[in-house]
Amino acid sequence: MSQESMIATDNPLDADQESALAAIVGAMIPASDEYSVPSAADPTIFADILTLVKRHPEPVIEALEALEALANSRHSTGFNALDDEAKAATLETFRQSATPHLRAIVSMTAQCYYRDDRVMASLGMEPRPPFPKGFEVEQGDLSLLDPVRARGRIWREA
Amino acid sequence: MAEQPVDVLIIGAGASGAAVAWSLADTRMHIVCLEQGDWMNPAEYPSSGRDWESRAFGDMAISPNRRGRPTDYPVNDSNSPIAVANFNAVGGSTILYAGHFPRFHPSDFRVASLDGVGDDWPLDYETLEPFYAEDDRMTGVSGLSGDPAYPAKQSVLPPVPLGKSGDKLARGFNDLGWHWWPSDTAVATALHDGRDQCINLGACTSGCAQGAKASTDITYWPHAMRAGVEVRTRCRVREIAVNDDGMASGVWYYDADGEERFQAAEVVVMACNGVGTPRILLNSTSEQFPDGLANSSGLVGKNLMFHPYASIQGIFEEELDGFRGPGVCIWSKEFYETDESRGFVRGFTYEINRGRGPVATAMTGMMSGRIPWGAEHHRAYRDLFCRITGMVAICEDLPEEHNRVTLDPELTDIHGIPAPKIDYTLSDNSRRMLDFAVERASEVLRAAGATDIISESPIAAGGWHLMGTARMGKDPAKSVVNEWGRSHDVKNLFVVDGSIFVTSAGVNPTRTIQALALYIADQIKKRLANLFD
Repeated sequence: MSQESMIATDNPLDADQESALAAIVGAMIPASDEYSVPSAADPTIFADILTLVKRHPEPVIEALEALEALANSRHSTGFNALDDEAKAATLETFRQSATPHLRAIVSMTAQCYYRDDRVMASLGMEPRPPFPKGFEVEQGDLSLLDPVRARGRIWREA
Repeated sequence: MAEQPVDVLIIGAGASGAAVAWSLADTRMHIVCLEQGDWMNPAEYPSSGRDWESRAFGDMAISPNRRGRPTDYPVNDSNSPIAVANFNAVGGSTILYAGHFPRFHPSDFRVASLDGVGDDWPLDYETLEPFYAEDDRMTGVSGLSGDPAYPAKQSVLPPVPLGKSGDKLARGFNDLGWHWWPSDTAVATALHDGRDQCINLGACTSGCAQGAKASTDITYWPHAMRAGVEVRTRCRVREIAVNDDGMASGVWYYDADGEERFQAAEVVVMACNGVGTPRILLNSTSEQFPDGLANSSGLVGKNLMFHPYASIQGIFEEELDGFRGPGVCIWSKEFYETDESRGFVRGFTYEINRGRGPVATAMTGMMSGRIPWGAEHHRAYRDLFCRITGMVAICEDLPEEHNRVTLDPELTDIHGIPAPKIDYTLSDNSRRMLDFAVERASEVLRAAGATDIISESPIAAGGWHLMGTARMGKDPAKSVVNEWGRSHDVKNLFVVDGSIFVTSAGVNPTRTIQALALYIADQIKKRLANLFD
């Protein structure tokens, strides 16, 4: 089996749905020159998002179907056929609808975007897993306990 | 297929099963533990990979329904505002727990006498104290001696660091004159018993790749196995069989290949948590026990207690610990003991939970509307990143018979065993306590400098603590097991997990679960000559 056919049969979204999903995540987190970060629709990040979608496709498909229904009810055409202005307006209405399935898309987008090397670098984080290097945490000042000690016992006799 | 009989058969290799196995190993009896999960490989825990936060939504999720590993069983918790959280493996839910490790307080054992609610326990703090101390040594408890909210107790290891987050909130508590103290934790802050020390991975609730967190697969089990206890993984118990004398004769279970097997045993010990234990007992019906085993009181599965949790987080202007460091930090017992002027009885603990990772920050911000879609996303995100800290309030849940575990009439696991069904409602007392906890925590956070507050009450996914469904007591009409863990009805059947809790206290239960398991093992060892009398 070729890689293309494997991907094609493995993908729960059709091409229109993938395009609509890319529009959603791109509107959610656009690129920023100021912070030197890509959009969530960046090919590397979007491919990562699609791997998560494959594991839990149902809520994403239901959200995309809701978006398509919204576009049809407003404009009598599918979402991908809308011009940019109509897409933006439809996405804003879709976002405000707060459909529970949209939460799945928000979650998957956050999971993939905030582990991308470029985004990590922009946040000042090393692009690495926590283990084995770990992190430094200040010990803190235990003299802050002085007033707690001075107050004395608070436990209840039983 | 039948196995050779064993002296003691333990069902479940989690917090309590490990402790009871280790203690009973002194007897040199033939002890076998059946565990439905696997041994975990710490090298494969999420903190070893870049997707460490993401896996908490997948194969390392706290919900068995979301996780859906072959080693899990489904739980129908659709009729509960709080969903069950657990993990099935050698180590059980200690694989995923945060490592908060408080003891009960002396008053927790006498709530009926002191406050006129719930029931008193058939034992007290002083009775359990030596077993707490033994568990502390095995676990390697980190903390700071001298907490005025407790009778004197010694810590084994130094406390976890305060960090910027703990320091910030400690000052808030001090401004209000309220109690706080470094938390007792099951996180090793120095080398202990072959375990390495914490390096602040920040991913405790997805398993500790460093081995610093005391999950029982790396604490009790290595010692118990060296002493001769056998652990069989991927073995799921369906029911306990009884003989003509009304004694447990062994268990029916499915092995790793799905083959049905029978393991005969002289003594059966249930260690499956407050949902798993009643599930098996209720599924163990016979002519002698038509309503399930050990259920003459009708209380198996009833009096289920979670701990209703509230999460109260502040947003600060300066950078705090964020993703660094263990979630355990400091606690406050300011509102632990009853003060009826607050509008509720009993109380709660605040546990400061330090900070959150980059993904969790995005989720919190986007779900709460504080991080918008579009170009403003990035600035708004950076206003939250490493700037959130706060606490959870862990509220005492009182026993109510209508809160219960039963067998689902339709849902089953992959072996066809009925799944547990949860029916649970929050009491008015719990609601008032949660509301009070959110208000007071907001005051602390504001005192510490928070500019905004985010709260969730109750935490819908927060059914970490499963208690009360096979309660202990002296009266067989009002309890399932006696004051040393033996079934009133079946004299070679013991329960050692959180099921036997009479009340829940307002603290995490694992340290008390393990102290009770050690106490019950000690009672068994002292009574071996006449254990079934």
